Amino acid sequence: MSGHDHDHPHGHDHGHHHGHDHHDHHHPHPHQPDIEDRPLTHYQAMTEAVADLLVAKGIVTPAELRKMLEAIDSKSPAAGSRMVARAWTDPAFKQRMLADVIAAAAELDIDAGGIPIKAIENTEGVHNVVVCTLCSCYPRLLIGLPPDWYKARAYRSRVIHEPRAVLKEFGTEIPDDVEVRVHDSTADLRYLIIPARPKGTEGWSTEKLEALVTRDTMIGVAVPAV
Amino acid sequence: MSGEAATDARFRPGDAVRVRRAYPPGHVRAPFFCRGKQGVVAELVGAFANPEELAYGRDGRPALPLYRVLFRQAELWDGYDGPAQDTAVIDVYENWLEAVR
Repeated sequence: MSGHDHDHPHGHDHGHHHGHDHHDHHHPHPHQPDIEDRPLTHYQAMTEAVADLLVAKGIVTPAELRKMLEAIDSKSPAAGSRMVARAWTDPAFKQRMLADVIAAAAELDIDAGGIPIKAIENTEGVHNVVVCTLCSCYPRLLIGLPPDWYKARAYRSRVIHEPRAVLKEFGTEIPDDVEVRVHDSTADLRYLIIPARPKGTEGWSTEKLEALVTRDTMIGVAVPAV
Repeated sequence: MSGEAATDARFRPGDAVRVRRAYPPGHVRAPFFCRGKQGVVAELVGAFANPEELAYGRDGRPALPLYRVLFRQAELWDGYDGPAQDTAVIDVYENWLEAVR
């Protein structure tokens, strides 16, 4: 992965319509085009060319490439959930996490990668939500691959200027006396929200707490619900 | 946090800053909507290779201080209809910031 893991328009974007021609008009149901039936985009062509060159020059092997793709695709929000649940139960850990996410992750044997990550804590007075208006920066190693809506122009353009309306569409209503703070991840930082621990969870097991800390609560479009 | 130490950073947390009102062509990393807007430095993150140079295959040197700048939503958007205390924090490189006096 490059130092800045934008989502360029290659790879995982399913669900787009590509002006596909239906040749088979006798077919009784809509035909989903095979990947090969869609035109190769510029970035797909460049990606494949670079991959071929890396292999041809012996810099990586096909097996290493495959393994890396598998590792990236297998990331889930579980690592982030573990960190947040730990922060809820261990204030000293939370302080270390707020100071340095990557080092705090390493304490739990979690590899958070090399791109700096900033943890932001929701408080009684401030609710935080993350967007990358320029692209789709996202802390993949901690919370997995970004959802399609996070990469969509609708979310990126709207949450920055009407965050409360967008949060409401996610079912999240923030009281008017709480500040909504949108973090625009345009640069060399990734953001991870530490949601507030819900009341009524005193004495819960680590496993139960982790289950409350979903992906969306760490993006900030939801709050953990008991 | 990370990046290199920004030893000669121009701004400190609490400084009032304005994002330059400039519209250069090419790869720029200050979002359009914050150009010309005034905010306050919330944090100096560190120094990072200049992404506007990296985008063209150059080395991004010298590295640029990167700040987290806090804006009032009402400053960013005319007619923002949420509560007055709502804010946005945008990551802005030093080449886009000027001092407000």
